[in-house]
Amino acid sequence: MGTGNFETTIGLEVHVEMQTNSKLLSPSPVHYGDQPNENTNVIDFGYPGVLPVANKGALEYGMRAALALNATISPFIRWDRKNYFYPDNPKAYQTTQSQTPIGTNGYLDVVLADGQTKRIRIKEMHVEEDAGKNTHGADGYSYVDLNRQGTPLIEIVSEADIASPDEAYAYLEQLRQAILFTGISEAKMQEGQMRADVNISIRPFGSTKYGTKVEMKNINSFNYVRNALIFEEKRQAEVLRSGGVIQQETRRYNEPTKSTILMRVKEGADDYRYFPEPDLSPVVIDQEWIDQVAAELPKSAKERQQDYVTHLGIEQYDAEVLTQTLAMADFYDATIAAGADAKRAANYLIGDVNAFMNKHQVELQETQLTPQHLAGMIKLIEAGTISTKQAKQVFEAIMTGEEPEAFAKKNGLVQISDPAVLLEWITDVLDNNPQSIEDFKGGKDRATGYLIGQLMKMSKGQANPGIMNKLLLEELAKR
Amino acid sequence: MMTIDFFDNDLTSLHNALLNKQFTASELTKATLEKIEKTDDKLHAFIMTNPEIALSQAESIDEKQDFAHVLSGLPLALKDNLATKGIETTGASKILEGFKPVYDATVVEKLNQDGAISVGKANMDEFAMGGSTETSYYSKTANAWDQTKVPGGSSGGSAAAVAAGLVPFALGSDTGGSIRQPAAFNGIVGMKPTYGRVSRWGLFAMASSLDQVGPFTRTVKDNALVLNTIAGFDIKDSTASKREVPDFTAQLTGNIKGLKIAVPKEYFGEGIDPKVATTVKAAITQLEAMGATVDEVSLPHTKYGVAAYYIIMSSEASSNLQRYDGVRYGYRADDVKNLEDLYVKTRSEGFGDEVKRRIMLGTFSLSAGAYDAFFKKAAKIRTLLIEDFNKVFANYDVIVGPTAPTVAYGLGEEVDDPTAMYLADVLTVPVNLAGLPGLSVNAGFVDGLPVGLQIIGKPFDEQTVYQTGYAFEQATRLFEQIPDIAKED
Repeated sequence: MGTGNFETTIGLEVHVEMQTNSKLLSPSPVHYGDQPNENTNVIDFGYPGVLPVANKGALEYGMRAALALNATISPFIRWDRKNYFYPDNPKAYQTTQSQTPIGTNGYLDVVLADGQTKRIRIKEMHVEEDAGKNTHGADGYSYVDLNRQGTPLIEIVSEADIASPDEAYAYLEQLRQAILFTGISEAKMQEGQMRADVNISIRPFGSTKYGTKVEMKNINSFNYVRNALIFEEKRQAEVLRSGGVIQQETRRYNEPTKSTILMRVKEGADDYRYFPEPDLSPVVIDQEWIDQVAAELPKSAKERQQDYVTHLGIEQYDAEVLTQTLAMADFYDATIAAGADAKRAANYLIGDVNAFMNKHQVELQETQLTPQHLAGMIKLIEAGTISTKQAKQVFEAIMTGEEPEAFAKKNGLVQISDPAVLLEWITDVLDNNPQSIEDFKGGKDRATGYLIGQLMKMSKGQANPGIMNKLLLEELAKR
Repeated sequence: MMTIDFFDNDLTSLHNALLNKQFTASELTKATLEKIEKTDDKLHAFIMTNPEIALSQAESIDEKQDFAHVLSGLPLALKDNLATKGIETTGASKILEGFKPVYDATVVEKLNQDGAISVGKANMDEFAMGGSTETSYYSKTANAWDQTKVPGGSSGGSAAAVAAGLVPFALGSDTGGSIRQPAAFNGIVGMKPTYGRVSRWGLFAMASSLDQVGPFTRTVKDNALVLNTIAGFDIKDSTASKREVPDFTAQLTGNIKGLKIAVPKEYFGEGIDPKVATTVKAAITQLEAMGATVDEVSLPHTKYGVAAYYIIMSSEASSNLQRYDGVRYGYRADDVKNLEDLYVKTRSEGFGDEVKRRIMLGTFSLSAGAYDAFFKKAAKIRTLLIEDFNKVFANYDVIVGPTAPTVAYGLGEEVDDPTAMYLADVLTVPVNLAGLPGLSVNAGFVDGLPVGLQIIGKPFDEQTVYQTGYAFEQATRLFEQIPDIAKED
């Protein structure tokens, strides 16, 4: 890929917030959307004399991510300090893992638009802490909110294997899915739970030397990443074509104009004065611990898709829809486990349930639907206890938390399939409508329509139409 | 008004007096505060006292008659880098003037639990950076034995207060000798416990891998009693050891027969005042006379200790002190133009020269171009120093030598010569780099000023260190000597 005579080289550093109960180095809760500085304590504030204690769960979440991305887990983790001053960084250092990343040499196999699979190598992965948030008020003051400060992050650094903005987009989407299926984060872009730092350079085709990198930080939308890269590819090519030189600089993506804006030109590398964090003991990770974490790691989206297609007879496309989120896939699995027919369950989740979520703008886990209720309704349909038409009412009810069988009974939504009962009605109707029997025998198909209408009236709409139709034809033949 | 003499009463006898109702905890606290009031203009050992809080604590103990613990109702001084909830804690820096922590240091919490009463915050070098307590933003503390001399540092206020009989015990912190050297300069007992023995939660960090809190007392037994209270694992400090805490008084028998003592020849090398060397050698002869075996050994990397220490200490300190930025608490400069200006002005105005010097040294040592040649190399030397000690401790129980190369020098004499000041740490910093326990006890006097005998132990073997110090102290009874300042009435 590339622009004109140039080829593009892209590397991504993705930060994902890990949804542990407490922060990486303090017991404060990890929770989005609360009042500023509600989820903080003296450690988060960097008061004098306070000390960090590393959250074992965060390290295990980091191990999950490393396993999901086929990375090698370091047997010995030492924490490092990355020093820089900023108001959202209260200790003026970030605790990270520069020397001993939790994961190294991983990869993600990315399916591109043309159906080809490309392996994007992952250089390293670090567990580290997130910074707080600075906001600039209209009153001329700046405000610091440290709720986010100390939230554990997994930083995923790719090799510069990405050759186009589209590949970057595909990588990000599939990386997000891989992370989702580790269960460590919901990776909600709008809440900043997943953000990307991007670097891009271009060089003439055939050149062995990489071009000068331009960096863009903290982009929290995959579309913005793609747009920013598209713009940069063109901008850099134009600079080179007109005989200019690309400077090593940091730029910012501006959505309204879909362009990038120069922030600062880098003169040499930033010096973060990394050194081993003396307040935290190193951690030894043995194979037993890795195995234990691996055993808790949920199955990946790809594994599940394969299961669905091979064992449940689900179409590949449907399997992909079912595995768009871990919540959906887990829900689907639980519905099957509760005894629902696999295809019907898939159809309901992909169709009605998705439509409900879109209409009400809610996540699956925010609805009142349970896998047991969905399975219960499907079982009622399968057993012929309710009709698919009646199921529409039951579906609405289970979306509000009702138990399907109880609801159907309470509302008389029960289909009568018992041949003995149906026969009694059929005999009754036929006895009272000799003319219709004549018409039927005379070849008037409409006659059965009338008879069925009478039967439905008699059964108050509860007769199972399939069975009733069959029995009626049998009885007519006998007359 | 009642006077209570801390020279006639060790902690145990004060405890018994409270139990026997010879006086109340309130009377003891009042008497202590009055003594400080009367004497401290000559000494400046305290940055501030907290009479109301101390007296109310004493009253509550009297009310409950809760003297179950040996420290119940006994007054002490805290070095001003130990966080005290609701009580100003400054680290002797302008940048923390008026700062009241909302939390207690773990050692403070433990002392509170045992009923000890902190009467005030002792002076120190700013952020514990210095060896003479002269870098304090607030005042210069004098030596208990001669008020024209420095008390040592950085815990000079704690040491002088105990030596002058203002309080029966105090806490200090020791990063490169900051407990042992002022203990030596003031003729009292100071213990730097094994790294990890005492929680650092609430200790304003200078160098996290070296800092350790420890007690100042007049006698070894008192010292062991205080360590009994403050030692132990703390869930809030990842570097605190889970090792069980023994009764540190258990081995105070006075018997050191068969104890194997190593004396490093490097500890009597260049720069050691000959009179100090003579006094310490006499003390070692005394230990030998009591049945210990004494051999000369070598700790070959000692000469690199100061250089390695100043790189590691300043590197960690440069990072630890970055939090003092004027954003959330402490001093904030006025009239700033922008964020960078806020940082630069706040820190330029808030920190003293010695602190700035160490921040610059540390920032340089960690910078990309210097890291390998400085920080990394210093870390390697640290490993070599640890190996030196390990080799000796394979065959010996304790290592003994001087605590400091000289006795206390004149106020103002060295404060402007940082290199000379740093070199004076040569005998104490290796102990911090190796994380070992080190005790200073009075070995005698040179020209009327005390000389420290340093006893270094194996990791977590404070007991043998105390055993050695106790035997020496009981044989010489040097703790019975009283400085003039305590005699004036």
